[in-house]
Amino acid sequence: MYSYSDFDESFVRARVAQFTNQVNRRLDGSLTEDEFRPLRLMNGLYLQLHAYMLRIAIPYGTISPHQMRQLAHIADTWDKGYGHFTTRQNIQFNWPVLPDVPAILSALADVEMHAIQTSGNCVRNVTADHFAGAAADEIADPRPYAELLRQWSTDHPEFQFLPRKFKIAITGSPNDRAVTKAHDIGLRMVRNAANEPGFEVIVGGGLGRTPMIGVTVRDFLPEADLLPYVEAILSVYNTLGRRDNKYKARIKITVHETGREAIAEMIEARFAALRPLFAGNDQKLLADIRQAFAPPAFRTAPTDAYDAFYTADPTFRSWADTNLAAHRNAQYAIVTISLKAHGQTPGDATSAQMRLIADLAEKYGHSDLRISHEQNVILPHVHKSDLPALHAALTTQGLATANVGLLSDIIACPGMDYCALATARAIPVAQELATHFEALKLEHEIGPLKIKISGCINACGHHHVGHIGILGLDRAGVENYQITLGGDGTEDAVIGEKTGPGFAYTEIVPAIERILRAYLDLRLEPSETFLHAFKRVGMEPFKLALYDTEAAQDAA
Amino acid sequence: MSRRFTPKVVTANRLREGDVVYLTADDHWSQIHQDAELIEDEAHAQMRLLHAAAQKLLVVGAYLADARPGLNGPEPTHFREEFRTRGPSNYNHGKQVDLA
Repeated sequence: MYSYSDFDESFVRARVAQFTNQVNRRLDGSLTEDEFRPLRLMNGLYLQLHAYMLRIAIPYGTISPHQMRQLAHIADTWDKGYGHFTTRQNIQFNWPVLPDVPAILSALADVEMHAIQTSGNCVRNVTADHFAGAAADEIADPRPYAELLRQWSTDHPEFQFLPRKFKIAITGSPNDRAVTKAHDIGLRMVRNAANEPGFEVIVGGGLGRTPMIGVTVRDFLPEADLLPYVEAILSVYNTLGRRDNKYKARIKITVHETGREAIAEMIEARFAALRPLFAGNDQKLLADIRQAFAPPAFRTAPTDAYDAFYTADPTFRSWADTNLAAHRNAQYAIVTISLKAHGQTPGDATSAQMRLIADLAEKYGHSDLRISHEQNVILPHVHKSDLPALHAALTTQGLATANVGLLSDIIACPGMDYCALATARAIPVAQELATHFEALKLEHEIGPLKIKISGCINACGHHHVGHIGILGLDRAGVENYQITLGGDGTEDAVIGEKTGPGFAYTEIVPAIERILRAYLDLRLEPSETFLHAFKRVGMEPFKLALYDTEAAQDAA
Repeated sequence: MSRRFTPKVVTANRLREGDVVYLTADDHWSQIHQDAELIEDEAHAQMRLLHAAAQKLLVVGAYLADARPGLNGPEPTHFREEFRTRGPSNYNHGKQVDLA
């Protein structure tokens, strides 16, 4: 993976020193909270419901075992022994105290990590396909481009005070695992007629209050044009974006109000002016960065032990069936370590789990680790012969849950258990859904299903693109949960459709059960997934199951 | 006719620790909601809020939260404020253990 240059190192260290002084000046009264707040946010420090929260970037979800161990150390030394991985490929610590934050940032700098630009109206952590560099369907590893974008956007003088925050996602595969169509800029690698790789550029996607699927402003962008083109988009947005109304400030509104044609023309015009200024240094830099993402030295060894174990051990087989994905090297597999054990908080890992994951990455995974936006940890390169031993080791720390892609692999934002913006809780709903369906032993029968839960309209839990989305609201002083169905975060992105009136906290799990029992009754065959069935039959049968009072009472 | 004033407490987060505190009638910050001064008069509420906001080295983000009288002191009326009195529901962290 990429290692900090002297420039990166001194930049991050200088920022730690700056922020240390700012914290001291806040604590001695030289800075007011109004003065300090933007400074702490620039360094990822929020004040939440019960405590401060520090949000740390994991650029494009790539993290080394060494860094993972440092996160475990931070969790034990300055927090409560765990960390929360988020839908933005960040990690959040929920309990730091203000005087300790400079020490935490210093410990992060020791392992080439930081919390810069994890808040504020700037370009945030660039996210990427968590299977990057390993996926069988990939055209090219998107991470060198993501790293180029990270370097370019970090402390970029023109883009520190955008109208609103700005999120870029990138995938190197036609199968979009990075939800690129729901980002301010989505970059999807494609090939042109000459078979050269480049990007489909999607602009103006986003969830939140006004969910929108991004529009394509360029079908094919040569990879050498990436930086000037992205700069052109930012530049147009920086000029046009609305600063008068926070709720209309995201680029999705700019695109919507300007129109796709008009904004694409403005971007092209700005690009024409900017392109000559990029004289090739970005391409030299990209070539250097690429070296850092060279594939590991794949091992060649027999895989029959894996095949034999797969046949012999049903627990292992169940885990292999759900948690493995196809690697481009047929002897290897991509392993998703589920942070969704039934009843646990989605995305949370204890320090002991982090250390075990780090050890296993070194032992079996070519020292490579990823964090997915679905709040799991990925070992992208594991030789199949090592899978039985890996699985056995994961079991020792409760990390072998065989549920990836199933009902209990739920995305949930922190919700009102932590977040000051939340209007309802999300985590306990996820916990209860997982344990409820585990008790019914239904999740394997239900099959592939993405449930996503947000505790407010800002949609950090991506509920709009959940096959089943749940949005927690405050209705007249009571938690109320609105359901959407049919959302999809892939290359065929769709915003889910509201079912109707919401459900109380105690009614939401039974409501989801009614939806899923209706699905089991109406599917043509077990291979017809919930999403496929929904696309075939539409909303009506599910509405009937949800709101028909007799059925509702029977199920209750 | 002006609307009847809903009783309030002054609440904030402590600057250093970030935890939730309530302003008491004798000008202390308590971690316990029931220790808070229950303010029944709007003008007095504004005075108390100003007093709280002035304590820049102690607390952050002071505001008035609805409350009602209870057997042992003021009780929160909204679920958000109720959660703030104890901590998150997924772990035994925060006040629910710190004060136990």
